[in-house]
Amino acid sequence: MTATQEPTAVTHGGTKPAYKYIGSDRKRVEDPRLLVGRGGYVADMKMQGLLHAAILRSPLPHARIASIDTSGAEAIPGVIAVLTGEDCKAHMNPCMNFGPSTISQYPIAVDKVRYVGECVAVVVAESRYVAEDGIEALEVEFDELPAVTNPHAALEPDAALLHDEHGSNLGYERTFEFGDITKALDDAHLVVSDTLHWGRSAGMPMETSGAIARPGTNGVLEVYCNSLNFSYLQFLVAGALRIPSNKLKMQPVAAGGSFGSKFTAHKVPTLAAFLALRTGRPVSYVEDRLDHLMNSDHHASDRYYEARMGFTEDGMITGLDVDVVDDYGAYLQFGVGTHGNALSQATGPYRFRDLRYKLRAALTNKCQQGAYRGFGSEVHNWVLERLVEQGAKKLGLAPEEIRRRNFIQPEEFPYKIPGGNVYDSGNYPEVLDRALSMIDVEHWRREKKRLREEEGRYIGLGIATTQERSVFSSTEFWFWFDEPAFPITSSPESATITIDPAGQFQLLLHCQAMWGNSPETVSTTVLAEEFGVEPESVNVSYADTSRALPGTGPGGSRYTVMVAGAVRGASRKLKKKLIDIAAHSLEVSADDLELVDGRVQVVGAPERSLGIPDLAASAYFFALNLPPGMESGLEEAYTYDHPYTTLPSADRSDLGVFYPIMGHACHIAVMEVDPDTGRCSFLDYVAVHDAGTVVNPKSLGGHVTGGSAQGLGTSLYEELAYDTEGQFNSATFLDYLVPSANEVPPFRIGHVETPSPYTEYGIKGGGEGGRMVTPSVVSAAVDDALAEYGMHVQELPVRPATIVETVQDAIDARQ
Amino acid sequence: MTTAENPATATDTRTITLLVNGREVTRAVSTRTTLSDFLREDLDLVSVHLGCEHGVCGCCTVLFDGESVRACLMLAVQARGHEVETVESLSADQNDLHPIQQSFAEEQGLQCGFCTPAMVLRAKEILADGRERSDAEVRSDISGILCRCTGYQNIVNAVQNAGRKLSRGANGGAGTHDGVGTSAVDGAETEQATDIDRAPGFDGPAGTEQRG
Ligand code: FES
Ligand code: FES
Repeated sequence: MTATQEPTAVTHGGTKPAYKYIGSDRKRVEDPRLLVGRGGYVADMKMQGLLHAAILRSPLPHARIASIDTSGAEAIPGVIAVLTGEDCKAHMNPCMNFGPSTISQYPIAVDKVRYVGECVAVVVAESRYVAEDGIEALEVEFDELPAVTNPHAALEPDAALLHDEHGSNLGYERTFEFGDITKALDDAHLVVSDTLHWGRSAGMPMETSGAIARPGTNGVLEVYCNSLNFSYLQFLVAGALRIPSNKLKMQPVAAGGSFGSKFTAHKVPTLAAFLALRTGRPVSYVEDRLDHLMNSDHHASDRYYEARMGFTEDGMITGLDVDVVDDYGAYLQFGVGTHGNALSQATGPYRFRDLRYKLRAALTNKCQQGAYRGFGSEVHNWVLERLVEQGAKKLGLAPEEIRRRNFIQPEEFPYKIPGGNVYDSGNYPEVLDRALSMIDVEHWRREKKRLREEEGRYIGLGIATTQERSVFSSTEFWFWFDEPAFPITSSPESATITIDPAGQFQLLLHCQAMWGNSPETVSTTVLAEEFGVEPESVNVSYADTSRALPGTGPGGSRYTVMVAGAVRGASRKLKKKLIDIAAHSLEVSADDLELVDGRVQVVGAPERSLGIPDLAASAYFFALNLPPGMESGLEEAYTYDHPYTTLPSADRSDLGVFYPIMGHACHIAVMEVDPDTGRCSFLDYVAVHDAGTVVNPKSLGGHVTGGSAQGLGTSLYEELAYDTEGQFNSATFLDYLVPSANEVPPFRIGHVETPSPYTEYGIKGGGEGGRMVTPSVVSAAVDDALAEYGMHVQELPVRPATIVETVQDAIDARQ
Repeated sequence: MTTAENPATATDTRTITLLVNGREVTRAVSTRTTLSDFLREDLDLVSVHLGCEHGVCGCCTVLFDGESVRACLMLAVQARGHEVETVESLSADQNDLHPIQQSFAEEQGLQCGFCTPAMVLRAKEILADGRERSDAEVRSDISGILCRCTGYQNIVNAVQNAGRKLSRGANGGAGTHDGVGTSAVDGAETEQATDIDRAPGFDGPAGTEQRG
């Protein structure tokens, strides 16, 4: 492997070519089936003889399982099997795991439970109702152990151990330093510091995770599931099940939302597969909401920060020093990547060069962590923006001004940040200017004063930015370790285009890609652009793992970029074949032919042409009309590798390029805060995003709006709460507050387009940015509204009680 | 799950007759079967989605004698003699969508589609009076159904668009109006919003209520 290579930039030269389909507001091709209620979700599948599983979940945060009496459940007519951790120990290997091997996990707890909600036993029965009767009839004896719930206390030497084999509750630890942070802060005119806590939330899609496994023919186990990365990880699931990978066929099923929660969600399909193997019958396991809230595949980041930032006298940032303890919960699972994400844009859109990032992953008696829209980078962005905000205040600079002074300039790209990742392109001043052109901040600053004086109302303005890294490379999952077990460098995506004998297009995608994003709209738009056929006329399907070409799946805002590359690659190959067939038939040189609106025609003489159906007929039925040596048929596949990734250096002084396709956003919010009730509402909100070339502005706007709504939830409402004893306090949607239409304002959206020099068409990812900036904006606006009471948001979500207490304390202190 | 056999607790079975999407159906059901499971499992009406089964998310919304209810909170036997409508009653043919479904497609009022049948049915219910609705009213009307994907704005647009379509239909094709909500935040100058997708008014209930 070569250490470093910069790809040749495909120049878009700042001017975008005119596209026929790309860039216009087209209706989504996914929608008609969803609108008639035929989304094809996993719970909608029916099968002969299908059994249903229900799970007994641990009521205790930390305990040894002394005994499980299954006889009562087994005696219930209709109960087929009861399985426990003993069955896993005897017949499975631990689940896939990206952390140290001393922290292993099975889909059913083995020997002890480590959080409230962990699976203790599974009842398989002829109906879900009977399975749940079975759960009621199980008798379990636990020997309670001390619960470890505070991540700092977890790291103390006398803390109870979650995993004896691991020897401590420190999952892993690493400090990266780039430049000289000590000097940068020592030399600074001003150093601001903060203690911050980003609370635990989760993607919380309306559809839970689920899987159906069925023993099929030839000893092949078929698994239908709504997890997202199955083609990337299928061999690891097979390994856990102790079956050969070619005897496990995973078939993607559309997901009703994910936002990270179904990213590598392997425990549900692994469990369903295990149940089918043990019973020899098809088994469905679909989480109910309680399962999903307390256990799901994972919750998201729960981080405690001590952070410092230095500034020169004129507001230039000199360095950032971050010390983070991440409350990972009971297992590591996929945790490393969430901090890799943070490092991919550790310095934000700003130019400073000195950075220290110290991470300690604490193991506690809570649900494990994983991905949620932003994948951990959104947390870091909040910390970064909190410090920038504080610096601006102390230096007497407006929030837009301090950012403008520190922005990387458009001519500096590609720009290598401390740590080694590269930002491909961008125009941050333009995004800021666009946002400022959509809302009159000076007007609002006057209104804030006037409304306070005349009406006693508290208005606050928040301005914040974010980088939106997109298109991850898998190196980020292992550069944390000096001797990684599997230093993977591939993260490809594939597409197969078939023109059938009648000239109709079939497009096969090779990963689970449909979860509410628009994989079919995007891929058929690209195909339409290449062939000049209507996007709606293309039929899209998804390969199962027995046929799937390399694919990594959606995540880290990579799918639009990657599938566009794959479809364009396959299109080029297939167009060449069409042109070669036509050249042979028309007896002209292939160089004199072009494909226009679904016909191959002679350049300058369009009346001499052949339509795709004619060419397809030749390809399938008239071999003697084909050029000598050409294979019959019209199908081409293409695997598009990551456009720009490099290896980390051995000493990790350079982490390599791993997330280079860099979007950017600026949000401005005007909020009103009621100091008596803590109620927060919005008076205006603008969101401007740069995701490179936009494929479908309306769809991208929808993702920005949806992501921002989730960011709002993270900021103000949502919390997966544990009490100090480790009990779980967010067991329903009445406790875990997903924002309703009443809480979400009508965001006003703007787009700026700075095409990527490294991707096909210049597309960048754009699925996550909304959630990556909202928390910073809300925090700044709430602070601004209640500045006279010394409001300073240090914890998310900002609870009404915190607001009321802050105000009350300030009033008390004055008296 | 099939509800016919339920030997475990030998729960009672009743035979019920009800009107579902305009057709009379008679089935034997276990008394503990929820209406949502009955519709999904026994009648194959899988548009009734289960997001929580706690009565909070609203994804299981169906029209019960014309009014929206959460099917997960009712037992199938309670529907005996009543009329139930699911989104299949508008159109089950994706090539021939009902005007409300068309409006959702035009405005992209959906992403994953999981809340969508519930939103479409709720739109049908609230638009039945033919009255034009502001952003704030629509937001309030749909606030009992959670959508995790869209951030609601495109759903609000879809409901308003559907209202216009339906009233055009009712008026024999004459359009009644074509503007979007233009009211704005107190003191805000709406004309600032020029080069954006659209500039809906910030007359959302969160603000309105407080400014009252
Ligand atoms: S499933 Fe009925 S309200 Fe959520
Ligand atoms: S479209 Fe996904 S929940 Fe509403």
